[in-house]
Amino acid sequence: MVTLPNLFRLTVLALLLAFLVQPAWFEPLLKPLVQENTPAVYNQGSLFWLTVLHLRTVFAATVAATIVAVSLAIIVTRKAGAEFLPLSRSLVNIGQTFPPVAVLALAVPIYGFGEKPTLIALFLYGLLPIFENALTGLTTLPPTVMEAARGAGMTGRQRLFRIELPLALPVILTGIRLSVVISLATATIGSTVAAKTLGEVIIAGLQSNNIAFVLQGGLIVGALAVLMHDALQGLERAFAGRARI
Amino acid sequence: MAIGIIQEKERLAFRFDKLGLIIAILVLYGALLAPFATFRANRIIQGEARAILEALPPPLGYGLLTFAVAGAAVAFLRTPRLLRMAVALAALTALALLIGVAADHLTPPDNSFARVSPASGFWVLVFAFSLLLTDALTRLNPGPGLRLLVFAGVLVLAAGMLVAGRWDDLSIMKEYANRADLFWAEAGRHVTLALGSLAAATVVGLPLGILCHRVERLRAGVLNVLNAIQTIPSIALFGILIAPLGWVAANVPGAAAIGIRGIGAAPAFVALFLYSLLPVVANTVVGLAGVPHAANDAARGIGMTDRQRLVAIEFPLAFPVILTGIRIVLVQNIGLATIAALIGGGGFGVFVFQGVGQTAMDLVLLGAIPTVVLAFTAAIVLDALIEMTMPNRSRGNAA
Repeated sequence: MVTLPNLFRLTVLALLLAFLVQPAWFEPLLKPLVQENTPAVYNQGSLFWLTVLHLRTVFAATVAATIVAVSLAIIVTRKAGAEFLPLSRSLVNIGQTFPPVAVLALAVPIYGFGEKPTLIALFLYGLLPIFENALTGLTTLPPTVMEAARGAGMTGRQRLFRIELPLALPVILTGIRLSVVISLATATIGSTVAAKTLGEVIIAGLQSNNIAFVLQGGLIVGALAVLMHDALQGLERAFAGRARI
Repeated sequence: MAIGIIQEKERLAFRFDKLGLIIAILVLYGALLAPFATFRANRIIQGEARAILEALPPPLGYGLLTFAVAGAAVAFLRTPRLLRMAVALAALTALALLIGVAADHLTPPDNSFARVSPASGFWVLVFAFSLLLTDALTRLNPGPGLRLLVFAGVLVLAAGMLVAGRWDDLSIMKEYANRADLFWAEAGRHVTLALGSLAAATVVGLPLGILCHRVERLRAGVLNVLNAIQTIPSIALFGILIAPLGWVAANVPGAAAIGIRGIGAAPAFVALFLYSLLPVVANTVVGLAGVPHAANDAARGIGMTDRQRLVAIEFPLAFPVILTGIRIVLVQNIGLATIAALIGGGGFGVFVFQGVGQTAMDLVLLGAIPTVVLAFTAAIVLDALIEMTMPNRSRGNAA
């Protein structure tokens, strides 16, 4: 379907890919931002590979966070784990007040410099929105549906996999989307502890006073976040349409 | 009466507490197996682990071990909530005092190079007893006033320890002693950045939100732009703003005189302001949209003007939602202000990034701990305020 928003998305995607594969094409646009004799396009590594590594870090952290957060939400909404429900709510609230930089810096002494502290920080930070949304999804199911499932003689396990999780899926996906968008931006901070992400481009720019570097690093991450946000939102709509009863 | 019956039932149903089992395991691990403190001959050398009995004078060491085992038992068995809370508070106080004693005990006399820091066992114990405290508090469900009181008590206790010099032999306090003036200057900058940008965002965001509520055509556009700003990573936005602000400083007369510069606090301030706008504007719009039609109709019926309606009806009813937006902004800004250090804007981030650069973890902690404490304080105070301003009184009976 050719609509205005879709056209906009396609343009952003095309520009992003073009920039990642052939950054030299954009040099004339960035040239006015830098002084003579300074490079306008990041030249200390491939932007394409940095983007791939950036996405890989975010993907790995989000997958791990999703598995753990959804499992925890399932446990505390079962009868056996109900005792943990109020505490888990408080912990999520407390956890959200921890600044990502602090989490990252505190992970360094335990895991050393590089990829690991970034993955840990992104994982911990990604847990919260997913857990919160999974909890909301699993605790606000329509009571009539649950009643009907019980009446039809479904076991607890059947109810969980056939009724509860499918119905809660759109809300859980919203949590994953929030988590991905936050992680995409937070991963750039990982480069302060030597992780290979797009933050490297931005930090190189800050260190050499090169606005063009800062701008291209920031815009690539921004474009990635907008595209991921839209793609996941589309997925949510598709699932929400299916789950409607 | 009713609570007594419920507790009685619980006591009959289970003999032990499931969460308590986890807490007890953590406490026993932290007290018996993990090191309590780390000793280093100088600031950046690899540390040597010290268990509780090595780190403390014998009477205190055995005392702490006994208390930890008793605490584990209280957590594991189904005990009254108030007792659990009291034990958790006592344990946390004891740990806070004893880590200071351990630092004094482990540091050889007249040695100013040796460093003692809390090790994993200490942190595990603190975590376990904090869990016990949080769980007891959550189940007691105190009202906002009582929560504030408990939190203020903890803060006063910590401040008392600091003033009395109980922690002076710890490595983090030695880092502080070396740069006490700088610490308070950066603390001032951090708070100014976080609160100042929040104030600016409220002054701009509230009218903008009201405008978006009244003029439907504006709404989607404004919110989309503000959403797009949120997707730019903070370090990039801080950096991008260096260029325009540098230009303003160079070309607008008087701008440099009031502190606008390309590098430093100005771009950090503007970046935090831009990030803060979305929660303020969006929550104002949501809050105003949630005002019941009946309330507005009644106000119109008695002949109120649009302006009177806004001030007397809509704004008070939307206030808790707007305050929620402000809470999000404040907690987020306190965290993000650490990034300002990367562009010379100051704040606690200075210590964090210096510490990461020198692999001096206590310096990182000197920046990270105050940031977390500030963010946590902001969250607790504003949560209590939000609950107090809620129109439907569904809150607890305390306070």
